[in-house]
Amino acid sequence: MNSTLKELGSIVLFVAVVACVPLVTDSGVTLNFVMMALYAALLAQAWNILGGFGGQFSFGHALFFGTGAYIQAIAQLQFGLNPWLALALAVTGSAAIGLGVGGLTFRYGLKGSYFALVTLAFAEVFRILALSVPFTGAGVGLMIPLSESFANMQFASRKGYLYLMLGFVAAALLVTWWLKHSRFGAYLQAVRDNEDAARAIGVNPFNVKLGAIGLSGALMGAGGAFYVQVFQYIDPGIAFGPGTSVEALVAAIVGGIGTLWGPVLGAVVLHVLADITRNMFGQLPGINMVIYGVVLVLIVMFLPRGIGGIAASVKSFFSKRGKP
Amino acid sequence: MMFDPGILFSSVLNGLTTGAVYALIALGLTLIYGVLHIINFAHGASLMLALYAVYMLKERFGMDPYLALPLVVPGMFALGYALQRVIINRASHGKDENILLVTLGISIVMENAALLFFKSDTRTIDTAYTLTTIPIGPAMIALPKLVAFAGALVVSGVLLWIVGKTDLGRAIRAVAKEKHGAKLMGIDVDHVYAMSFGIGLACLGAAACFLLPAYYVNPQVGGGFVLVAFTVVVLGGMGSFGGALIGGLLVGVVESLGGLYLGESLGQIGIFVIFIGVLLFRPQGLFGAKV
Repeated sequence: MNSTLKELGSIVLFVAVVACVPLVTDSGVTLNFVMMALYAALLAQAWNILGGFGGQFSFGHALFFGTGAYIQAIAQLQFGLNPWLALALAVTGSAAIGLGVGGLTFRYGLKGSYFALVTLAFAEVFRILALSVPFTGAGVGLMIPLSESFANMQFASRKGYLYLMLGFVAAALLVTWWLKHSRFGAYLQAVRDNEDAARAIGVNPFNVKLGAIGLSGALMGAGGAFYVQVFQYIDPGIAFGPGTSVEALVAAIVGGIGTLWGPVLGAVVLHVLADITRNMFGQLPGINMVIYGVVLVLIVMFLPRGIGGIAASVKSFFSKRGKP
Repeated sequence: MMFDPGILFSSVLNGLTTGAVYALIALGLTLIYGVLHIINFAHGASLMLALYAVYMLKERFGMDPYLALPLVVPGMFALGYALQRVIINRASHGKDENILLVTLGISIVMENAALLFFKSDTRTIDTAYTLTTIPIGPAMIALPKLVAFAGALVVSGVLLWIVGKTDLGRAIRAVAKEKHGAKLMGIDVDHVYAMSFGIGLACLGAAACFLLPAYYVNPQVGGGFVLVAFTVVVLGGMGSFGGALIGGLLVGVVESLGGLYLGESLGQIGIFVIFIGVLLFRPQGLFGAKV
């Protein structure tokens, strides 16, 4: 069996195993933990498409998250749309914002740190706009009325949300798998590794990066829409504030960027860490983020390929020993 | 009323006083960012720490913020020197993105440690001169803002002197131009990097002492300054000290006028629009220094 099919098999296995969790336990705490870890994994996967495979580090991914969240809320509140339809709009809308921002920044050749700072600035502009215009509910935020039913994408227990989020994560895994093995993905990684060389062999870096930011934005928007459905509330700080951007980026980097399983691994590790700190220190404000920051610094310092990089190193060590 | 020249005048004057402090913060950043190509994302969080230091000195020991200068400035210098030497230098592995990530990590730790120790309350200090105002033409300007304006200009002058006229400054410029060549000439490059980082943070120490009497501190206060400082730096041109000075004053005035005509929250947008616009259309900055 070649590695392409093996990876596809690992995705199927992962989805099957996680899908069994609600069958084994009814514990709300466990289900909530799995759901939130999956949610963090989705954000990290979204970031990984642009940051890991495209090499464009965004500090403002909350831009797409917030866009998705507000579209999801506004479509229901102002236009009475069904949440499933709203979800489609939210995903399309955040992809469109991705294309818009990408079109501007990549057209003018912004890279590296400048790209990171510009995405952060865009997220800030949107946060201030959301605070200032009336249809986002300004600082008060927007509240979705409670009405539990499948048609309303509101579920009585965490089970339904878990399956919904598992669907998103599976989709993100498949997109990542496709990036690893498709022509487009090869172009994207070529642009990441050496843009000039890629251009020399006929790849259009602009189009390729644009595709990546669109995909990344779409998945991030799905995360925002999910947030609104679970918590039934959104405000400018949650939507466009730096918290979400940081969470997505840290989980991807901790797990290992530019890989299939890195972001999922990073999200799970960080959530376990967060749980342990909560048990040790209680609900102290900020303690979680202190740990996130320390982990980020340590990983960049000692494990630039992330935790997943350890596994890869061990594997290549043994495969080298196998073949003298 | 909107175009009353008196209001306009005082708004511009207020903007200039804020802008001088922005310039001071940006000078520290441009020394680190523009000259040594280290992207210090923790610049805002470091300013926040300095503000808390000034606050604590005042609350615990009753020390006047201006008299705290000889304590806070060396303290911030030491913090910067150590951060660069112990953490940032080791974590970079020669990649710009890594430095960005590490300084982001540092800023997350600083902000949330402050949240842990000081809670999210916004704090201010009371001094005898907090509410004193001085009439200038038709405008009334708060005394602490005037002191901040003058102080920021003086410190900026000192910084320009250090970089332009001293041996350390020559070493910094040499390392900025040609790292390997400087090393061959016997310059301790790691030491120069750490000194520059230290001086950059020392500017923040001074800025904090000048800011706090007329400002406030909370754990998130640095976030607003990060983008403002980067805006000033790109506006003035990377690594251009004169540009940072003028850029700072300009951004201060834009923010003040934006607040006057668009309202407090929407007014801030002007800064970010300038930032995005400059990076997209004129990345070399207004004063044409090379990127």
